[in-house]
Amino acid sequence: MATESIKYLAPDTENKAKTQVFPRPGQHTTGLIDWLTTIDHKKIGLMYGMTALFFLIVGGLEALLIRSQLWDHNMDVLTNRQYNQMFTMHGTTMVFLVIMPLSAAFFNFIMPLQIGARDVAFPRMNALSLWCFVGGGLILNLSWFFTGGSPAIGWFGYAPLTDTRFAEVVGDMGPDFWIFSLQILGVASLLASFNFITTIINMRAPGMTMMRLPVFTWMTLIVSFLIILAFPAITIALVELMFDRTYGTNFYDFLEGGKPHLWQHLFWIFGHPEVYILILPAMGIVSEVIPVFSRKPLFGYGLVIFSGAIIGFMGFAVWSHHMFTTGMGVVATSAFAMLTMLIAIPTGVKIFNWIGTMWGGRIRFDTPMLFALGFITMFMIGGFTGIMHSSVPIDAQHQDSYFVVAHFHYVLIGGALFGLFCGFYFWLPKMTGRMLSEKLGKFVFTLMFLGFNLTFFPMHYLGMIGQPRRTHTYNEGHGFETWNQIATVGAFILGLGIVIGIYQFVSAFFNKKLKPAGSNPWDARTLEWALSSPVKEYNFARTPIIKARDQAWENNYGPRENHAEKEPLDDHGVHMPDRSWWPLVTALGLFGLALGMLFHRTIDPSGELVRDYTAPILAGSIAILGMIMWALEGPGGYHLFPKENDE
Amino acid sequence: MSDASAHALEHHEPVTSTGIPNKKVLMWAFLGSDCMFFGTLISTHLIYRKISATVGGNFLDIRDVFDIELTSFSTFILLASSLFMALGVSAIHKGNLKSMRWMLLGTIIFGAIFLACQVYEFTHFIHAPGNELTLSTYRGEPHVFGSTFYVLTGTHGTHVAIGVFWLIGWLAYSFTGKMSVAHAIDIEICGLYWHFVDIVWIIIFPVIYLMEYAL
Repeated sequence: MATESIKYLAPDTENKAKTQVFPRPGQHTTGLIDWLTTIDHKKIGLMYGMTALFFLIVGGLEALLIRSQLWDHNMDVLTNRQYNQMFTMHGTTMVFLVIMPLSAAFFNFIMPLQIGARDVAFPRMNALSLWCFVGGGLILNLSWFFTGGSPAIGWFGYAPLTDTRFAEVVGDMGPDFWIFSLQILGVASLLASFNFITTIINMRAPGMTMMRLPVFTWMTLIVSFLIILAFPAITIALVELMFDRTYGTNFYDFLEGGKPHLWQHLFWIFGHPEVYILILPAMGIVSEVIPVFSRKPLFGYGLVIFSGAIIGFMGFAVWSHHMFTTGMGVVATSAFAMLTMLIAIPTGVKIFNWIGTMWGGRIRFDTPMLFALGFITMFMIGGFTGIMHSSVPIDAQHQDSYFVVAHFHYVLIGGALFGLFCGFYFWLPKMTGRMLSEKLGKFVFTLMFLGFNLTFFPMHYLGMIGQPRRTHTYNEGHGFETWNQIATVGAFILGLGIVIGIYQFVSAFFNKKLKPAGSNPWDARTLEWALSSPVKEYNFARTPIIKARDQAWENNYGPRENHAEKEPLDDHGVHMPDRSWWPLVTALGLFGLALGMLFHRTIDPSGELVRDYTAPILAGSIAILGMIMWALEGPGGYHLFPKENDE
Repeated sequence: MSDASAHALEHHEPVTSTGIPNKKVLMWAFLGSDCMFFGTLISTHLIYRKISATVGGNFLDIRDVFDIELTSFSTFILLASSLFMALGVSAIHKGNLKSMRWMLLGTIIFGAIFLACQVYEFTHFIHAPGNELTLSTYRGEPHVFGSTFYVLTGTHGTHVAIGVFWLIGWLAYSFTGKMSVAHAIDIEICGLYWHFVDIVWIIIFPVIYLMEYAL
């Protein structure tokens, strides 16, 4: 018995490797194989973040093309179809491939550190989530190269734009690529969320009660619940659409009894919680940053969390405010209008709590704080126009005008993206062990803040004087030119700011000349700042025993009874799970399955439709094989032996 | 010796904040999500059920198509499979591997009978003489009932099939000699999944089938 246990505790990886198809990468794997097989939440978080920053550039270039086309009346930078493709791809990219994965990057990297865990609950599933995200992003952008090019249906894909009969190009594959990429991205988001929920509920360090969790972790939990409850709606809507396009069902086909209206409902039942999926992580980040740079605890901790939960809950009850002009009837419209006004209350509560935190604090205007303040002010402008839209008669006037474009960019750039950039400036010292240049950071903030307002503030006015959105050009004589030109100049300034920002983030990992950060450069409050920077592979050499909220702060300034203790070192070391190839193999299988389904139909010379399922079945088998091998290999593991004084 | 084995056990089942194993929390979260999957499908079906009753001049009395005796039988079989599943979970908790195998086998067979009934049902509906109900048509005319019906019950059938293959996997694993009480949690989450799929059918059967006879 004893020998058996010891064998388990220190598995002989060399021997094990021989019995496997791929040798399992061992403890000392480095380089590319390490990145491909890693199950470390920190590395997965970094890959999530870097891929998302790449897509931010892609989506940004699409936006700049749109802005160039609108520089003057009747411009020819893009054709009308190309314009439609650009705004479709811009929207889909920014929502699914930029803001969500950037939030996921912080969830992955920071959340386990904040709760005192050594990893997430299911490390290999986390890797699968990452590779599904990468695969989904690839599929969406592969659409450029096939029949019809990218989808031109808007990020909302309203029926009947997606109906094959109305395709502008015969055999247009764009919407199919869009459907399959969103399905795979959905798998990625769902897997990650199941994992985060389990991790936060189950893997907190001793003493880390729910009401001691950092606000960012709370927002991770709420967003994860939103994802697992909202994504099924779009998954099924997309399944139905896929059946419509592939097998001729009639879900959204109004000529054969379907109702396009149903698509709008299902899409927005997902789409509105999605808005909060995008904004709550940024709110969590800002709730961490403002107390640190005001040197005060968060004002109304419980209220901030409770408002977050209320926002998440009510987020499921306001979807129809995206559909006020579809003719739902007076009762439904009024109910959704009132609920929409109500949801502004918990949002306002949060804003007052942030202001309350700063009130009387000793405020330092470092870059993260600038972005946090930018977040609050810009998000408030977006929020105010949001409240305007909750009024049905006003909404009917704003519908499909540039006013709406201004509104949601204030929420999603001024809100979400500023919040996420704030997170980068705040946590990169923890991730890289190096301080970023304050000078460059402030320069980036200035560019982004100026560029952003120049771009989007004029759009309020453009919308009011009648410029329609999703329209590739405008005629002379409406007075649209001047404001559009200001917006275009602003967009390039914003783009420049973002590019310099991304350069600064990436270079922090390589630039050895930057000042070392030390464990707590900002004199910050939460548990991750008690660790060395960069964080060690095993996170916590000894599991901390939490005594208070804001544990890092209490360790430095709190009374003795609030100082964290540490569990004694285990004599058998820290158990680390092994790397694995199978998440990558499974994701490749799913990727192949999607591609196989996209290309399984051909027209033979006699004009008959031929279906060939060989490729999807093969790829599906690879995915299933990956899962079986994954189950059989087990977590495996090796042991690390940190020293007594290691963090 | 006991100390070392206690450590080994700890690695298998780490102490969690709630005392509930991670895998179980994961499965409950998944089932919560799965409720929304089926909720969306069932809503789609119910929304279309009345408003598209007469597309293309064809009034659809689905009772002409349904074979309620067969579906009642397969419903009974699926519900009965839950008993086997529960007994299987109980057996592995007690370490009774042999009994667990028989119970899993029972669940698998009953699940397979349900699937066979569904395949038979689908084939017959598609070819019902004079009442052909396909994915997109009824009596050769465009219709939505087939779309919502087949996609909804097909999704449920896919769930049952996944459950059957999952259980076959565990049944096979139980013969490798590596299975012990430590795997009770794995069988238990299989059971959670299986019961959930059953419960969904308890909703689908009255709402999709029986209601057509009552209202």
